[in-house]
Amino acid sequence: MKIGVLALQGDFAEHQVMLELLGAEVTQVRLPEHLNGLSGLIIPGGESTTIGKLATAYGLMEPLKTFGKTQAVWGTCAGAIFLAKDAHRPQPLLQLMDIVIERNAFGRQVDSFEVDLKVPGLNLTGKQDIPFHAVFIRAPLIESVGKGVEVLSALEDGRIVAARQGKLMATSFHPELTRDDRFHRYFMELAK
Amino acid sequence: MEQKTGSFEVKKGLAQMLKGGVIMDVVNADHAKIAEDAGACAVMALERVPADIRADGGVARMSDPDMIQKIIESVSIPVMAKCRIGHFVEAQILESIGVDYIDESEVLTPADESHHIYKHDFKVPFVCGCRNLGEALRRIGEGAAMIRTKGEAGTGDVVEAVRHARTVLGEIRRLQNMPEEELMAFAKEIGAPYELIVETRKLGRMPVVNFAAGGIATPADAALMMQLGVDGVFVGSGIFKSGDPSKRATAIVKATTHYKDAKILADVSRNLGEAMVGRQISAMTDAEKIATRGW
Repeated sequence: MKIGVLALQGDFAEHQVMLELLGAEVTQVRLPEHLNGLSGLIIPGGESTTIGKLATAYGLMEPLKTFGKTQAVWGTCAGAIFLAKDAHRPQPLLQLMDIVIERNAFGRQVDSFEVDLKVPGLNLTGKQDIPFHAVFIRAPLIESVGKGVEVLSALEDGRIVAARQGKLMATSFHPELTRDDRFHRYFMELAK
Repeated sequence: MEQKTGSFEVKKGLAQMLKGGVIMDVVNADHAKIAEDAGACAVMALERVPADIRADGGVARMSDPDMIQKIIESVSIPVMAKCRIGHFVEAQILESIGVDYIDESEVLTPADESHHIYKHDFKVPFVCGCRNLGEALRRIGEGAAMIRTKGEAGTGDVVEAVRHARTVLGEIRRLQNMPEEELMAFAKEIGAPYELIVETRKLGRMPVVNFAAGGIATPADAALMMQLGVDGVFVGSGIFKSGDPSKRATAIVKATTHYKDAKILADVSRNLGEAMVGRQISAMTDAEKIATRGW
């Protein structure tokens, strides 16, 4: 299976390593033509403003929107912001998912944290009872989701940190920074 | 579901989010906005860029917290700030005002000629400079969650940045080909913690993110450092000491992403106006060089 990682800026190499360990063939996407033949695309963590500006400058906005209409796309952190329909700030967004994002929702870097999350939907992999150790870095929050968007995980206080809409997925945290490959497996199922 | 802040994982994690990006020196909120609009992945807030620190002479210290705060309020991207080598109280102050990363920097006048800050004590992550693998691993041993090769700040001459990156990456390649029984002697030779030598050998790279700094002035310089194998670049005086900072900043951001695409590099290098004047490092005396600060 051919999966792309959007390689404009951020931790795309970490995603690539996880995908390759799961047997995917990985392409780094920097220009529109790099999307050809891919079954799915991961938009990594990084700075969403940087990623948005580079995507705009190299004509990737429309091709990415078109790609997301039929193929699987997963955004982690900055990638989740990029997929959202609204982030309360003027910055380029793909608006593929019916979610509203609040950027830097938990504060500054000193407030970045790790936590064990319940993610019932990961039972696809048969390890549903094991919590997912999630790393949140200056993380965004999924403030609200529209109809047709499934909440995959929330913090204890109910704030949403992972959601799926068809073949599109957004997580506030970074499974690529852990050794737990369940989210990557889950995504590869979506991309099939 | 207990939340844990300030762990080494989250400190190192922010640096991983900066990869493939450009971190720009800015001296006020207007510069910070220009940097953010150009696509910087973070800014370094400081009162004077290194070229001015060089020109002015005297003691260079941590910047005014008020000025840093204004920059924090003006942008949505991470804000870094510098403290003097060994000056842990400046670091405590920077942590308290909410900077996202502290650069324990040789660009400022060192406060301690033997010891760096014990960085594990802080919740805020630190980036430190290095000229070789031993220096890098000593800083990581003290708790640095990100490394940058030093280069020679404020010169616009990339030669030292290249030297330091080649040294570090070359030592890692040497380490990978070394049999296990030689590792302890190598640790002793370069003055690095043994455990970090073992980890670096296993990973085939430094255990934290490694950027290049010091003398990068053009899109081609940035791409050169990326092709040599660093994770991203710091640009200090090179942007705001040039003729058209906004245009140059945008071009360097593009060059850092498309660092292997010579056509795009040619395109972004066109009509950038005056580069910073620069100083040739080979014509400088040793006393003028700041990369030698740090132990």
